[in-house]
Amino acid sequence: MTTEEVTAQGKARAKRGETLAGWAFAAPFAVLFVLFLVVPAIYGLYLSFTGETLTGAGSGLVGFSNYVDALRDPDMWKSLGNTVWFTALSTIPLIVLSLALALLVNLGLPGRWLWRLSFFLPYLLASTVVVMFWSWMYNPKLGLINGVLEKFGAGPVAWLQDPKVAMISVVITTLWWTIGFNFLLYLAALQNIPEQQFEAAALDGAGKWRQLFSIVIPQLAPTTALLVTLQVLASLKVFDQIYMLTNGGPAGKTRSIVQYIYESGFTGYRFGYSSAISYLFFALIVLVSLAQYKLINRRSAA
Amino acid sequence: MAALLVLAVLAVTWLVPFAWAVLTSLKSEADAGASQITLSPPDGLSFEAYRKVLSAGDIPSWAWNSLITSVAITFITVATSALAGYAFSRVNFKGKRLLYAAIIAAIIIPPQLLIVPLFRQMLAFNLVDTYWGIILPQAFAPAMVLILKRFFDQIPVELEDAARVDGAGRLRVFWSVVLPLSRPILAAVAIFVFIGAWNNFLWPFIVTTDADLMTLPVGLQTVKSAYGLQYAQNMASAILAALPLVVVFLFFQRQIIKGIATTGFGGQ
Repeated sequence: MTTEEVTAQGKARAKRGETLAGWAFAAPFAVLFVLFLVVPAIYGLYLSFTGETLTGAGSGLVGFSNYVDALRDPDMWKSLGNTVWFTALSTIPLIVLSLALALLVNLGLPGRWLWRLSFFLPYLLASTVVVMFWSWMYNPKLGLINGVLEKFGAGPVAWLQDPKVAMISVVITTLWWTIGFNFLLYLAALQNIPEQQFEAAALDGAGKWRQLFSIVIPQLAPTTALLVTLQVLASLKVFDQIYMLTNGGPAGKTRSIVQYIYESGFTGYRFGYSSAISYLFFALIVLVSLAQYKLINRRSAA
Repeated sequence: MAALLVLAVLAVTWLVPFAWAVLTSLKSEADAGASQITLSPPDGLSFEAYRKVLSAGDIPSWAWNSLITSVAITFITVATSALAGYAFSRVNFKGKRLLYAAIIAAIIIPPQLLIVPLFRQMLAFNLVDTYWGIILPQAFAPAMVLILKRFFDQIPVELEDAARVDGAGRLRVFWSVVLPLSRPILAAVAIFVFIGAWNNFLWPFIVTTDADLMTLPVGLQTVKSAYGLQYAQNMASAILAALPLVVVFLFFQRQIIKGIATTGFGGQ
């Protein structure tokens, strides 16, 4: 053997060794990932083309009929509409209010840790606990909110039963629960803006409001873009708090698409149909993600 | 001054639901169900609701189930993510790019959409109503793999080379050089995985029907309807369920805040 052959052999052996080592490290994760994400994703896609029910009756491939049914199903469109409406209603205040809170706290007022704690604490709670607190707040007769309204001679409001108000109530609860995360991200981003920029602006005679709009908000643009992306994707997946607060009522006015998927599968036992709606919804999520990705990239390119 | 006032009003508003829940939980049932708002209940404050919930209810066993499953999920997720993150960061193995692309693609799949096929799989594996049924589908996190990979990328390779020259194998280098350097990020990942697992509702709700195996959030959901009009007991259970995470937060404030600030993970 020439030396070249020897080194070539050694290299090949090293390469095999690398592959072995790599897979040994990645295997525990890869096994779980494949078993509990890739397999159900493929199995769900298969199910969506079958007439599977709980009893197995009507099973077998049915082509695209589940998808066609779903697109013709007024309840599917209604819960999709509710979900989009919830996303629109929740995203804007969750961005604007969290920014306002972060700006206020960043002014350097005393008691910083206390402010941080107040706004962040709800974020740590389980949805069940959040809903228990708020069902009690919204209680028509005994609830704190109607009690206070009564003192001012207003109300009572049927917060969770009135079809006009129920979605707003859900949004208020969500705002209270989740704002802490956005708030902390904004607070961190604010602290990364170099102090000199403000000093320079102040020297140029820019007031506080002027600084806010020409320095702070533009500097925060990447954080805002990230938060809007995360928020929209999270809101589209809403289930817990609505399911437990209103069970989707009154009259389906707050039922989310994930709840409709859950109900078609687990109370209607239409596994194939439920899977088809999952995939339609997934397609929507992919589209939204792509649109956001394009928007953000175009903005940062400009 | 005006800013301080606005901030104080907002902070108090945010704390009101907690305060009112605590106050209600410390009332007698009669006072809690009385139709006027009162800060000083006629019967005085009592711990009766807590005593009842803790002695008669299933709360202690649900808390135990939550603890066991959340700790297992945290341990498995951190271990698998760290190992895989290291492989992606440092090892050039065949199939790496394919696996990496799959992980990136998987991040946008909402787990909520997989409940039906996952449940059928659990039936087939005989894992419905078991701890493993709750744990396994939650015990891996593609996003955490990426976060850890990014962190390992920043560790200078020279640090590892020194150990390798001394004859240490990959696992040994990983264990005694890389992991000790990664403690802060590992702690942040662990805390977030733990909070997420402790609070998760939908999957444990689907995979458990046996009340003895329910986690705290799922069990509480059944209590809510069972207690019906027992408002003080209702709020006492909610407070008890919230308490562990408040304690976790007070202990790990720094890591949690830093974790959100530097990695931006979390999210409902």
